[in-house]
Amino acid sequence: MTVAPAPATTPDALPAIKHDYLPILLPVALSALALPFVGNPTTWVTLTVAALAMGMMIFVIASGLTLVFGLMDVLNFGHGAFIAVGAYLALSVLGLLSGWVQVDALGWNLMALGLAVSVAMIGTGLLGWAFERVIVKPVYGQHLKQILITMGGLIVAEQLIHVIWGGDQKAMALPTALRGAVLIGDVAIEKFRILAVAVGVVVFVAMLVVLNRTRIGLLIRAGVENAEMVEALGYRIRRLFVGVFAVGSALAGLGGVMWALYRETLTAAIGGDVMVLVFIVIIIGGLGSVGGCFIGAILVAMMANYTAFLLPKVALASNILLMVAILMWRPQGLYPVAKR
Amino acid sequence: MLNTLLSGDYPRSRVLTGILLAILVGLAFAPFLFPGAAAINTAAKVCIFIVLVASYDLLLGYTGIVSFAHTMFFGIGGYGVGLGLYAFGASWGVIALGILLALLVGVVLAFLIGLLSLRVRAIFYAMITLAVASAFLILATQFSEYTGGEDGRSFSVPPALRPGFRLFEAPVFGTVINGRILAYYLVFAAAVTLFLLALRVVNSPFGRVLQAIRENDMRAEALGYRVVYYRTVANCLAAGMAVLAGAMSAIWLRYTGPDTTLSFAIMLDILLMVVIGGMGTLYGAVVGATLFIVAQNYLQKLMGTAAAATEGLPLLPKLLHPDRWLLVLGILFVLSVYFFPTGIVGRLRGKSR
Repeated sequence: MTVAPAPATTPDALPAIKHDYLPILLPVALSALALPFVGNPTTWVTLTVAALAMGMMIFVIASGLTLVFGLMDVLNFGHGAFIAVGAYLALSVLGLLSGWVQVDALGWNLMALGLAVSVAMIGTGLLGWAFERVIVKPVYGQHLKQILITMGGLIVAEQLIHVIWGGDQKAMALPTALRGAVLIGDVAIEKFRILAVAVGVVVFVAMLVVLNRTRIGLLIRAGVENAEMVEALGYRIRRLFVGVFAVGSALAGLGGVMWALYRETLTAAIGGDVMVLVFIVIIIGGLGSVGGCFIGAILVAMMANYTAFLLPKVALASNILLMVAILMWRPQGLYPVAKR
Repeated sequence: MLNTLLSGDYPRSRVLTGILLAILVGLAFAPFLFPGAAAINTAAKVCIFIVLVASYDLLLGYTGIVSFAHTMFFGIGGYGVGLGLYAFGASWGVIALGILLALLVGVVLAFLIGLLSLRVRAIFYAMITLAVASAFLILATQFSEYTGGEDGRSFSVPPALRPGFRLFEAPVFGTVINGRILAYYLVFAAAVTLFLLALRVVNSPFGRVLQAIRENDMRAEALGYRVVYYRTVANCLAAGMAVLAGAMSAIWLRYTGPDTTLSFAIMLDILLMVVIGGMGTLYGAVVGATLFIVAQNYLQKLMGTAAAATEGLPLLPKLLHPDRWLLVLGILFVLSVYFFPTGIVGRLRGKSR
């Protein structure tokens, strides 16, 4: 399929930046709506915190994917492979550092975790770079082939994980000091969830700062808006794209580590379960939009957690309904990206 | 006669004609040529997957739509017949009713999904179908009081299709014609009919419009064809055919469960079969499905011997482990998307021209 370059409509004067706060209210409204159904405020707080933690993990994974799509119109169905590879790399590192993991000292635990996360992110970042060069590059601009080829990449990567780490389910134990929960009043909040929320917020803020306050961020945003124009101005958008792809893959690796620690078990198919939620998130958020992705992730996680408590059988189906409802309201997602 | 049957769409390559004839003869006389339960099982599976893959090719190869919900429709067919037979006992009426209901559900669902997402681009549709199919799989396993959950449902089929049934007292060509063989021929006849019907569809003016949409949807729209309408009809047709394939599978296996119909692994299998066989030609479905299922059974054995032969070398035995056969096919898949986007059939046709 050849995509004809869309005629660029250039307004005469720069329009004033419009802030659209409506979608931000959605998670608040959803959580308020859930309160009377859940009934017990303590349970509600626990569920909401769990939802925030899960939402942050989904956001970390989805943000890279949505950026890559926004920048280069490439949707990587093989994103799940980076989740799994990141988790497995961390598993190996944590296995080597078992002494640091098992000792009941937050400092050592965090150091082990930090090291594991670094290895996972560097590993998946490099893998993402290679993936882009070998798998994705030859099929730019051909959606059908992109979907097929990245799916094929996913199959191969999953099989290679079986070859390297074995096919059996692995236990991924949390470091000792991160187990259990802290009591705030009546509410028990798991320590790991606090960490997950913190990591997610840091990633989100860092992303906003990079995108809005740095030169590279400016180029990325410009590339999302109109890639040809950026190229015409003399910037190599392809090189930028490879970088974003690698960073997006590294973020998927980070998300994979967090997700595996959250679930405390690990199989090669770990990516598949999350990817369904991730796709829903980026559709809800508006393909290519980081802010939309953040809100979408929180919404999806809230929906998943509340319905898992209220009507456990329909947890995922409720998210499909959420997606349908949002697409009826805004067919391009919460924050539509201009040209798409 | 042949022209009408094949809708004027000949294989157009001597080698391909040979392969297709071999497959046809092999499937038509499978119970006599290859004795044993395993062989006839394989043959029935090939028949079922030919229909399923052909229906998927209608979407992927002819219309250019990537759907990940095809197993959902396959499952709807399987569960429609399976749950009917489980609940109301084995009779032909129940089978017919189950198929009708499943067709209705499947086509309506396909229509709704299409309405929601086909207006947008291929990538959107792929993501939404992936999400919907996963939700359906989870619903099917969760509502275990109706569907049997993870274990699925085993049920009995009408007496004429049971192993104990004898059509003739004496064996024919050394083979006893029992109910299983009748069931096989039921599946085979259904597969041939559905395949020829699909061939009719893609070679009709309607099918030509689908191909035009695949090549350039804007141009098709500009020529006056309502792209959304054609895509939606193609989607519903493919869904209906997948439902029928699911019903065939349920009748043959006498079992319906998430692993045999709904799982994502089957979706990947279908994708591999279409691409390796050849997108955009229904003969590709025949070649792809046959090759894949035969490979599934025999490549594993081959890899087992290869793994044993390389015992002691680093990594190689693990790469060649029989469980890793999907790795080989995955690499084959990636390579064929790059180098042979038209698959085996496209290659063979290209050479003969």
